[in-house]
Amino acid sequence: METGSPQDTGPAGTQGAAKTRDAAGTQGAAGAAGDGPVWIALPPGLLKMRRLLLVVWLGLISLAAGLVPGLLVGPAWAAFALPPLALMVWGWVMIGRNWRSWRYAERADDLLISRGVLWREETVVPYGRMQLVEVTSGPVERHFGLASVQLHTAAAATDATIPGLDPAEAERLRDRLTELGEARSAGL
Amino acid sequence: MTAPEAAGDAGDAGAVEAPEATRTTGAAETPEAARTVGDAGATGDAGDAGAAETPDTAQTAHTYGAARTAGNPEAAEVAETAQTAGDARAAETPDTAQTAHAYGAARTSGNPGAAEASEAARTAGNPEAAEAAQTAGNPEAAETPKTARTAGDAGAAETPETARTAEAGNGIAERRLHPVTPLRRAWAPVAVVIGWAVHDPDGAQRHLTRLDTTTLLIGLAVILPAAALYGFCSWWFTRFAVTETELRIRTGLVFRRTAHIRLERLQAVDVTQPLLARVAGVAKLKLDVIGTDKKDELAFLGADEARSLRAELLARAAGFAPETAHEVGEAPSRQMLRVPPGVLAMSLVLSGATWGSLAAALVVPPVLWLATESVWTVLAVALPLLGAAGASSVGRFVGEYDWTVAESPDGLRLDHGLLDRAHETVPPGRVQTVRIVEPLLWRRRGWVRVELDVAGSSNSVLVPVAPREIAEVVVARVLPGVTVPERAALSPSPRRARWCVPVWWRGYGLAVTDAVFAARSGLLRRSLALVPHAKVQSVRMTQGPWERARGVADVCVDTGANKTVRARLRDAAEARELLEAQAERSRTGRRDARPDRWMA
Repeated sequence: METGSPQDTGPAGTQGAAKTRDAAGTQGAAGAAGDGPVWIALPPGLLKMRRLLLVVWLGLISLAAGLVPGLLVGPAWAAFALPPLALMVWGWVMIGRNWRSWRYAERADDLLISRGVLWREETVVPYGRMQLVEVTSGPVERHFGLASVQLHTAAAATDATIPGLDPAEAERLRDRLTELGEARSAGL
Repeated sequence: MTAPEAAGDAGDAGAVEAPEATRTTGAAETPEAARTVGDAGATGDAGDAGAAETPDTAQTAHTYGAARTAGNPEAAEVAETAQTAGDARAAETPDTAQTAHAYGAARTSGNPGAAEASEAARTAGNPEAAEAAQTAGNPEAAETPKTARTAGDAGAAETPETARTAEAGNGIAERRLHPVTPLRRAWAPVAVVIGWAVHDPDGAQRHLTRLDTTTLLIGLAVILPAAALYGFCSWWFTRFAVTETELRIRTGLVFRRTAHIRLERLQAVDVTQPLLARVAGVAKLKLDVIGTDKKDELAFLGADEARSLRAELLARAAGFAPETAHEVGEAPSRQMLRVPPGVLAMSLVLSGATWGSLAAALVVPPVLWLATESVWTVLAVALPLLGAAGASSVGRFVGEYDWTVAESPDGLRLDHGLLDRAHETVPPGRVQTVRIVEPLLWRRRGWVRVELDVAGSSNSVLVPVAPREIAEVVVARVLPGVTVPERAALSPSPRRARWCVPVWWRGYGLAVTDAVFAARSGLLRRSLALVPHAKVQSVRMTQGPWERARGVADVCVDTGANKTVRARLRDAAEARELLEAQAERSRTGRRDARPDRWMA
């Protein structure tokens, strides 16, 4: 069943790359070895969403932590607002780093997903092993025009999720993965 | 949900969710297929009028999409039923409703048999048949023996007792469980009463004193027939049938449940006999199917019937022609290994878990008593500890007593148990991982324990204790073409890994051969995990900050039995190569692997 030819991935790969930012290409060069895969980075929507959520929640918390003791006890106690603010700044940077670390590549026979800054993880899922491809999109994600693609194999430990994709790209990926999975289906 | 909608939805969903079903799509894109969708919609509507009440309809609508894309034996199967439905006018069976929906399936199916069946299906789609389908909505109609009478001529009921309802002309005889089955739940009401009495002793006593003979008799007069009726109904409405591709189990009077188990997806069939069942001469048949948390089981069957049914199921699953599957009988087996009780007892004495749990059970309660002097606290802690100690020593001895491994064409047979006898079968080619475990104190005697993971199965011990050489022979049988790598063949972690995992880093080792990925771990209790390349579902490389500083990384391979085997602390460059190579081997390994139907 290994009829997959590299040409298959050609158009789709470039199409996918074209849809995302140019940065994808330059980023990919770092992790690729030899004839390396074409890495595709996540679109900036996810970064925007996570940072906005972070600012909104920690902003509210720091407001509460600053105002309540500040008004009840004394102005100096408003310093309680500082830790959440520091956390917000730290989170802002961390979310950026984490977002930059996410990338995926469709190769002829398998899908690569690489992520993580401190704890790095790189997953390889052969197309033939995919049981199910899922596109999910929660209310917040939908508001930001995002969708995530999740691959399921027969192994529950396979944690192959690509979050924060453009819905069109997510659907393209889903269809493409399904198609490739059929062509290379290998059961259990 | 109306059928045309279902067709649309299911068509999409089917494409995504059932990659396997859509493998042989082929004809599905023809304009004809489009037409059949419309037709099926029409028949679906006609059928809906009556059939919509049956819960099956919703299910059918779902399978419709998958069926449309064919390649799915179920679709072909249903189409066959359709044929018989058209012929034998046996449209009273609930299957007809299914038939109307499955109409499209036959059209687009790659199965030549199904194609002709579609003709019949079209007749099933006729208004008459649709009307019949309406009557099919009435579960009673399906239940009446009338069905058997109209059920074609092909000797549908060889034995009227067992095959009361036969599906039209197919010779698929539905059978019932052994009549003692209802009694297995007889203890439940007693247990409830006892539980209530223990929970609330004062209340129980008060109620008991109020109880006089008349109320007791009236109570019994109400409860006994009710219980008997319940038992009888649960027995009467549980039926099973073996078809060419499936085992069908129907249960439930109010909430009906129909399980169709694809035989080719059957992982293992176990026959177990709990103590009481042994006395009554019955046995339980457990079916392991991948991806189901809840196990389907047939409890209880006559002991001989269970054995012959297991033989038949395994023969069919193994790909024997359906006509011969009956006669094949139990495949001949050759004993490979038998664990003597003395060795088993000695191995338990020498294993740390036994002593650990015993020590905990003996030390912790007195210490607690000194600390708290509260009887309840001590009891609450001591009882589970004693239970654990018992389970790890006596329990294991009783469960693993007389452990016999025998080789047969349909897999390895495991028979064991002192009180409860269990007969398990481990089909070759379905084993996902094998672990060879070597506790510290067994090493001098050269004993090992072999554990295994089969997807969808709970069997986890292959050999409780055996000399290494014999165990390796068994492993080679269960993982065809695999030789267990020598200790020297395992490459250790680099020395710098000692900063990540002090001392224990020496325990890690890895060997990758043509057939398996073998990772060792543990220093005192050594464990070597073997994963055939064909069973690797995905490969991961993980690297924490501390590991990155030392230039090492872990490689994990995930298998279908929800087990992950980790090769820890490999050199980072080696790990990256391993990641690539392992993914490649996982793909090609499958191509070279033996087929699932290992006797076909």
